[in-house]
Amino acid sequence: MKTAATDKKIRSRRSLSRNDRFTLAAFIGIPTLMQIIFLWLPALITIVLSFTYWNGINVSDIKWAGLANYKNIFFGTPVFYEALKNNLVWLLWFTFIATPLGILLAYQIDRKIKGHKIYETVYYIPVVLSLAIIGIIWNFMLQPGGFVQGVMGRDIGNAVSIWGNYSINTYVIMGVASWRHIGYIMLLYLAGLKSVDPSLREASAIDGATEWQTFKKIILPTMRPVNIIIVVITIIESLRAFDLVYIIYGTSTAWPLLNILVFQNFAGQGISMKGAAYAVILLVLCIGPILLYLRNVFKEDLK
Amino acid sequence: MSSTIVQNKEYKNKQRVKDNFISAFIGFFAFVWIFPILWTIWTSLRPYNDIISYGVFSWPRHLNLDNYFTAFRKMGLTHYFLNTLYVTIPAVILTLFLGSLIAFVVSRYSFRFNLSLLLLFTAGNMLPIVLTYIPVFWLYIKIGDLFGNRSLLYNNYLGIILVHVAFQVGFATFVLSSYMKTVPKEISESAIIDGASVFRHYWNVMLPLLRPPLAALGVLMSCWIYNDFFWALILMSEDSKRPVTSALRQLQGQYITDFNLLAAGAIIVAAPTVILFFVLRKQFVSGLTLGSTKG
Repeated sequence: MKTAATDKKIRSRRSLSRNDRFTLAAFIGIPTLMQIIFLWLPALITIVLSFTYWNGINVSDIKWAGLANYKNIFFGTPVFYEALKNNLVWLLWFTFIATPLGILLAYQIDRKIKGHKIYETVYYIPVVLSLAIIGIIWNFMLQPGGFVQGVMGRDIGNAVSIWGNYSINTYVIMGVASWRHIGYIMLLYLAGLKSVDPSLREASAIDGATEWQTFKKIILPTMRPVNIIIVVITIIESLRAFDLVYIIYGTSTAWPLLNILVFQNFAGQGISMKGAAYAVILLVLCIGPILLYLRNVFKEDLK
Repeated sequence: MSSTIVQNKEYKNKQRVKDNFISAFIGFFAFVWIFPILWTIWTSLRPYNDIISYGVFSWPRHLNLDNYFTAFRKMGLTHYFLNTLYVTIPAVILTLFLGSLIAFVVSRYSFRFNLSLLLLFTAGNMLPIVLTYIPVFWLYIKIGDLFGNRSLLYNNYLGIILVHVAFQVGFATFVLSSYMKTVPKEISESAIIDGASVFRHYWNVMLPLLRPPLAALGVLMSCWIYNDFFWALILMSEDSKRPVTSALRQLQGQYITDFNLLAAGAIIVAAPTVILFFVLRKQFVSGLTLGSTKG
């Protein structure tokens, strides 16, 4: 069996003409080269640069720094832990609140409750909007002269600052982030639910199972592959979180995130390789979920 | 027998009441969900002076589209929309083209490195983007200097197109290759027996079959690239060359006091992707789910 397969492979390779071999090489070579030059090589360079001092201009100025950038981050930069905390809050919020809500929403919409078509559309609209627009839209809600201020009975003259209020801004940011995330998760889950055999659900209904029991005992286990993907997406999105906070606060560290710190060290007061070190820390945190995703997706091929 | 039917009926009635309640609950939140957008549209229809003189919740004295016309004129949105097109269209086409090449080879020829190649592309799509900022920025300037033209890649549409392609091609490759695996091998075998070259096999046999996933990916990626405002902030030094979403971010600072005008601008910029979503909804959804729920 094995030899037959190898035979076939060799034959097929031999049967390729020179021209064909050239075409195949180009088909693989061009995209791969591009992927390496613009993605993998820069990523590797950043990892190396994170162990250096450099101002980002001349290569000859690069000086070896060893672990100095990392030491500086871990022991000399309190804002790093604040960022880590915010990323963690983001992760916890998404894991325990936004993602489950998206899943439950998908489950209910999949049951074709009244108005399910409209609901599906409405909840998905925020997902197609650019973060640049989302920032503006939510500013209309929250800024002086905006809707929320109006409800609170405050005119432009005596408005309160919502983004600048540290006791509530975390919740506000999480709320706006969920506005987008819930629709995204809903859509992903909805597609998975379409492949669940409807007779399973009917059977459990006839057996007198409650909706919650059906969901927990029938739907969740059959959706395992989708569940893993959604968990990975939730983790990676939480770690990579950036745009929304950047739109609100720019590169200031009013509400720091790892990604904001990376960017802060690239722009503003000159390039510092501390930014590269932050990027590497982010990568290290992302590696686990990425591997989990790849393993799940290429399960059959890896065997 | 009859008792089970009665029980069943009772159960169904109870369920119906519960469903109505759930529907109302989700409906209420659907309204909360859409409200910020409705509020922005409402704001965009009123002149700024009305809000200043009569307050946020005042009864509208003037409702018209003036802000929209002014936004187009004053903000130069047409110009920025063109910039977006210069980036989005070539980037999407190039991404789909390169992605389909790799997917074709990986799914039709059994080379030893197929899986590693697929992993390289798929993993690339999941890397934190920030990991590439410094070297890409530096590389662009150096490549430019090498050819005696600093804005060959930096501050040029080409540079932005290339980074978009490099990031999106992984997703395209993954989706297209998993789709191609479902295309029967016999089609390829008969093409090879008929003596079709590799290029004809790709171009005349496989590519036409890939229309559905290509359309789905095309819609999805147009939306993603259209929405991105970030690369342009880093790689474009001239404001006038930036795409519309990046421009909007600047206009936000410029027109911060006239927020009715800004509301009109935001709605105009949001319109293309929302319309795309409504018109090509099927492609939109299948593009997203082809990639992420396979398993």
